[in-house]
Amino acid sequence: MVQKIAVPLIAVLIFLLLWELLVWANGWPNYKMASPSDLWPAFWRFRELFFVMGWDTLWRTVVGLLLAIVFGVGLGMIMGFSRIMRDALYPLLVGFNAIPKATVVPIIALMFVGAHDFNTILIAFMISFFPIAVSVSIGLSTLEPEYRDILRSLGASKLDIFWKIALPKTLPEFFGALKVSVTLAFIGTNLMEIVSPHGRGLGALFDSGKTNSDYPLMFAVLIALAFLGIVLYYVVVALEKVFAGWAERSPT
Amino acid sequence: MTEYLIDIKDVTHAYQTQSGPLPVLDGLNVSVPEGGFAAVVGPSGCGKSTLTRLIAGLMKPDAGEVWLHGEPVKGPRATVGMAFQNPVLLEWRSILKNVLLPLEIVHSKLSRREQEERARRLLALVGLEGFEDKRPSELSGGMRQRASLCRALIHQPEVLILDEPFGALDAFTREDLWQIMHRVKEEEPFTGVLITHDLRESIFLADEVIVLSGRPAHTQYRLTVPDTGPRDLDHLYTPEAAEMLNVLRHQIEIAQGRAPAEAAE
Repeated sequence: MVQKIAVPLIAVLIFLLLWELLVWANGWPNYKMASPSDLWPAFWRFRELFFVMGWDTLWRTVVGLLLAIVFGVGLGMIMGFSRIMRDALYPLLVGFNAIPKATVVPIIALMFVGAHDFNTILIAFMISFFPIAVSVSIGLSTLEPEYRDILRSLGASKLDIFWKIALPKTLPEFFGALKVSVTLAFIGTNLMEIVSPHGRGLGALFDSGKTNSDYPLMFAVLIALAFLGIVLYYVVVALEKVFAGWAERSPT
Repeated sequence: MTEYLIDIKDVTHAYQTQSGPLPVLDGLNVSVPEGGFAAVVGPSGCGKSTLTRLIAGLMKPDAGEVWLHGEPVKGPRATVGMAFQNPVLLEWRSILKNVLLPLEIVHSKLSRREQEERARRLLALVGLEGFEDKRPSELSGGMRQRASLCRALIHQPEVLILDEPFGALDAFTREDLWQIMHRVKEEEPFTGVLITHDLRESIFLADEVIVLSGRPAHTQYRLTVPDTGPRDLDHLYTPEAAEMLNVLRHQIEIAQGRAPAEAAE
């Protein structure tokens, strides 16, 4: 337990120390590269903004992610159960995913100008549903026929098979995808927050730091984003432990 | 009406593939009386697994009829239990919960407690006492296969279909399970169909061995095993057993097209 907390903590401290050392040794001014010791004052000066903006970023990311889960699982189910739908939707999906979302951001920002929350959630959703849809569809379509047959031979309905076998069996893949999606959703939220005029959220704070040449503030925002990302990631890990902990083999 | 519990009459079936229809069964006849245990052997890919799916009602034949207990099979029914070469246990459930799975689909007269008691009794019967709360990943291959057998039996099926259940096990574990099968059949009577590639297994477990011809399969040969009921492994080393194995091996060679048909006695 001590090791589990102490080791990562020491690693982070060493990382910050090296960073500080790097900046100090090179004599970089803080507009070239802020050092960790510049971050705390920058954070403290704008601490209220950090909490308000951080909350904005967090809730919009989570809502986008929830939408991505609902839509991704639904799409994954359709593609997982029907060969025709898989053949029809897969190229569309791949094509959609291939478009760099950074290029979609200005389009969406213009399309729904002023609707900050909606814009941001939409991008977070668009960028993060793909891994979920793919993992669920693959999980379902690669279900060994015997698994289906043990229930089908008893007269079970498709829904029974889905709830009792297909869904739980897909959960490890689903959580694997969700870990990727969490990070992606954050990227989506921030892209929109940075681009959107008069935006809110940490991305907007970052943008204002840029406008005012407040480099320590920009770096402090990066750290805040990393912190939120870590929190959300571990929320997913905790959920995975609860719902798909069986897939983890005890090391022997 | 028919005196057989399982009665497959003149069944013909073909799979639709990209290169046209692939006939797998051609005029197949298999009948098993109530309480009987038939082993089906034949060359690889001759349609043995298709046969199990027909009996289970998972598919319909192109022609011919499949009767179960005096009624034509129209679809899946709860009176069938299945076990495959792959034990297909659900990794997220305990062994006990895995065994209880069919009762979540099939309506049972037993109360929850009685169901659990029955599951525990079956597990004890196959030697899995004390493993009820373990996860499948904690069990060996042979143990998983035993648990899968219990799951196939939990809802007291009339018909037990075994599709090469011991095929992936090592020789000693397999012989172990053969003896367990005899014990199970005494305690939990069923009418069985066993698909196998192992001729020794077929004469050790079954009371009738059916040899299928190569694809498309029809019933090529039937061998009645004289002494039914529990037997021990010594039975496999008697002159009678050697004679039966010899006959069956010969029939398989004919089915594979490696020996001329007139070589059969």
